[in-house]
Amino acid sequence: MDIVDLSRLQFAFTAMIHFLFVPLTLGMAFLLAIMESVYVMTGKTIYRDMTKFWGKLFGINFALGVTTGIAMEFQFGTNWSYYSHYVGDIFGAPLAIEALMAFFLESTLFGLFFFGWDRLSKEKHLAVTWLMALATNLSALWILVANGWMQHPIGSVFNIDTMRMELTSFSDVIFNPVAQVKFVHTVSAGYVTGAVFVLAISSWYLLKGRDLPFARRSFAIASAFGLASALSVIVLGDESGYELGDVQKVKLAAVEAEWHTHPAPAAFTVFGVPNEQTQTTDYALKIPAVLGLIATRSVTEEVAGLSELKEKHLQRIIRGQEAYVLMTQYRAGDKSPATINRFNEVSADLGYGMLLTAYTDDVANATAEHIAQAVEDSVPKVWPLFWSFRIMVACGVSMLVLFAAAFWHSAKRTVDKPRWLLKFALFSLPLPWIACEAGWFVAEYGRQPWAIGEILPTHLAVSQLSVSDIWFSLGTIVVLYTIFVIIEMWLMTKYARLGPSALHTGKYDLESPANVKEA
Amino acid sequence: MDYEALRFIWWLLIGVLLIGFVVTDGFDMGVAALLKVLGKNNDERRVMINAIAPHWDGNQVWLITAGGALFAAWPTVYAASFSGFYIALMLTLFALFLRPLGFEYRAKIDSEIWRSRWDWALTAGSAIPALIFGVAFGNLLQGVPFYFDDILRLHYTGSFWALLNPFALLAGVLSLLMIVNHGATYLQLKTEADLKARSEKLSAVLAPVCAAIFVLAGVWLFLAVDGYSVTSLIDTNGANRTTDKTVLISAGAWFTNYEKWPLLWLAPALGVAGFLLCALASKTQRHISAFISSSLAIAMVVLTAGVSMFPFVMPSSTTPAHSLTMWDATASETTLMIMFVVACIFVPLILAYTAWSYFVMRGRLNEQHIRDNSHSLY
Repeated sequence: MDIVDLSRLQFAFTAMIHFLFVPLTLGMAFLLAIMESVYVMTGKTIYRDMTKFWGKLFGINFALGVTTGIAMEFQFGTNWSYYSHYVGDIFGAPLAIEALMAFFLESTLFGLFFFGWDRLSKEKHLAVTWLMALATNLSALWILVANGWMQHPIGSVFNIDTMRMELTSFSDVIFNPVAQVKFVHTVSAGYVTGAVFVLAISSWYLLKGRDLPFARRSFAIASAFGLASALSVIVLGDESGYELGDVQKVKLAAVEAEWHTHPAPAAFTVFGVPNEQTQTTDYALKIPAVLGLIATRSVTEEVAGLSELKEKHLQRIIRGQEAYVLMTQYRAGDKSPATINRFNEVSADLGYGMLLTAYTDDVANATAEHIAQAVEDSVPKVWPLFWSFRIMVACGVSMLVLFAAAFWHSAKRTVDKPRWLLKFALFSLPLPWIACEAGWFVAEYGRQPWAIGEILPTHLAVSQLSVSDIWFSLGTIVVLYTIFVIIEMWLMTKYARLGPSALHTGKYDLESPANVKEA
Repeated sequence: MDYEALRFIWWLLIGVLLIGFVVTDGFDMGVAALLKVLGKNNDERRVMINAIAPHWDGNQVWLITAGGALFAAWPTVYAASFSGFYIALMLTLFALFLRPLGFEYRAKIDSEIWRSRWDWALTAGSAIPALIFGVAFGNLLQGVPFYFDDILRLHYTGSFWALLNPFALLAGVLSLLMIVNHGATYLQLKTEADLKARSEKLSAVLAPVCAAIFVLAGVWLFLAVDGYSVTSLIDTNGANRTTDKTVLISAGAWFTNYEKWPLLWLAPALGVAGFLLCALASKTQRHISAFISSSLAIAMVVLTAGVSMFPFVMPSSTTPAHSLTMWDATASETTLMIMFVVACIFVPLILAYTAWSYFVMRGRLNEQHIRDNSHSLY
């Protein structure tokens, strides 16, 4: 493997592990704030115990989120140094603002949430919890503004003198439609994760007949919060589909295995086996018109297919080749008006010209084969996207059903929930994580071959490190993260099993005299 | 405000963030590094950990923010330093991984071996970054072997082992010791009885040692480390022309700023004075003074490194013309302006709620308090 593959592997691994902890933090922070609000409003200590107990699990998860988060911020500089130089003028700002506006607040209040119970009034502590939840979400906002810009880079322009992209409109970057849709979709997915987590563990207590009042109340809060969040994820997911149809046509075509442009409105493929060789989808089960409706909100607009998109890419690569050559001439000292004027005409395709550097060092004399190869690689592989997208949707729908049933039984105030529902909830525990990881895979793999959509190819974005350097870092990270995740899961399981008895208040089942002997 | 002024402000702001990091995260790193040194038993170590427990996470965000601000304000410096010092940065990262887990997980299992492992993890997680940051500064002062190619891709030509040269190691030792000392002064404020007495003794010895190493490093820098100076005119108001200047390497060049503006001598002088005052205050049990003078000293050490190199931030030893300065390796004027406004709004807010959190958690901790709240504390 070369440095590009290794750097990508390291980024993918660290990002995916990081995102095991982020969604739970996002969701739990709000659940804790809701539980504590009920405590402050009703004065019932069981809600304080709920806040403290679920807070313990939140803390175990949060620690590893912080640990894996540090790697994320450093990694752009360490492993993606050309990326950092080339787009830091735009991309760095939301990251810095995230730290200043959100992460500082979140981390400072995290300490007060745990250690401030006896030192703050009820109301002040509640304010701390809410602000912590708010900061967590603000954090997500800025990270997704940054990520949204990678998907759909607007509000910026290439500067040939400084050889990088520079910011022209910060409000465009913030109100990037892709970023806004992604933000709501992603935080909602986090809320769903938190809700499934609380619902599944509470269901386990109910199945075991333990700590019933505690478990029922947790179940009720999680089911209401979860239902609202699951609906929001799905509606916003649909909105993402519309944004893709608008600005990320390649990703949409790959996700939907749209090999060719068909007459409008496009059909939605529910199931099938994408076949890269024949550029068709075998055994396809299609629903007419649905994709057209999702992606274009009309019945007359076409959804572009991959083969037609590649034809466009061919044209852009040829213009990009010229742009790249002119850029090199300019930087070598040819600052004639002719060069500058022509460059300005074709500079929008410079990124496409850069694609050629993966196949030849001499872009000016790239052969027809090089260009054909670049065109072929200008779209991501279809089947990984097709499948991960469908896995995400299936998990999402299943969780929506779960929350609908759970909410129904909570609202009816069924004292003994049906066992099938409790088991359904318990076995749904991995679903939000599978959905989150699959979703991020679609977003990031679907952006390939670009690090910054149509601006900077991934292969150029890496740091010029040695293969052994990256093997060292990747190997160590894999070993360390594996150990950390095992420890985290073990502690999480241990404390979930212990339940509210972990608080040592003397009120819960495992602490009562009858059970002390048993335990 | 013009581009030049913004560039200068951002040099100051990056300095403020770095100083914020060493002054706040510095003491919690110092405390964690001292766990096995000053804490004689589990209760004492828990006192130490809980003295920093509510704050270490917020403190560490100074580092994250400094990283983010570097990315936004000096993208090329961020790219060059993080990828150039790759292995060193990775080792720092691995060490930093251990801290959140150590704090959060240590008290979760009642086992001596478990706690001892996490104590070591916390010690390593705090001492290693402190050491490496010093080594990195030591190398910046000597120049870093890198150059840019024609599309401004950075190529680093050195090795990890070359970073571990005598001058850089001395800087690393200074960084580690001053942070450990800073931790000890914080413990003077937050602990009682034996632990407090041990912290006082440690600072009384360590602070003068820091002062001595700092002076030694200065003399070494003057006698044996060549400095850099820009010999062409940099357009401080124009677009970055990072690779178009001419740079001269010469003996004593790191001291030209002091010749030009003698007032700058205040920085190293206050650094030395801060350490000495810290020792004195620790001896005479003036705990607040000890902590403040230690904070002053380490802030001045960072500032001294910054003003000596000004306007350089990352000189290149391979191709001096490619050295990065705070005039020609910055973000665009638009980005610097936006980030300046953001910093003006949020830095005061951060200082306010951070101060409030210290106020809420004020007071000393003792072993009895730990035993009484065994299940809710770290």
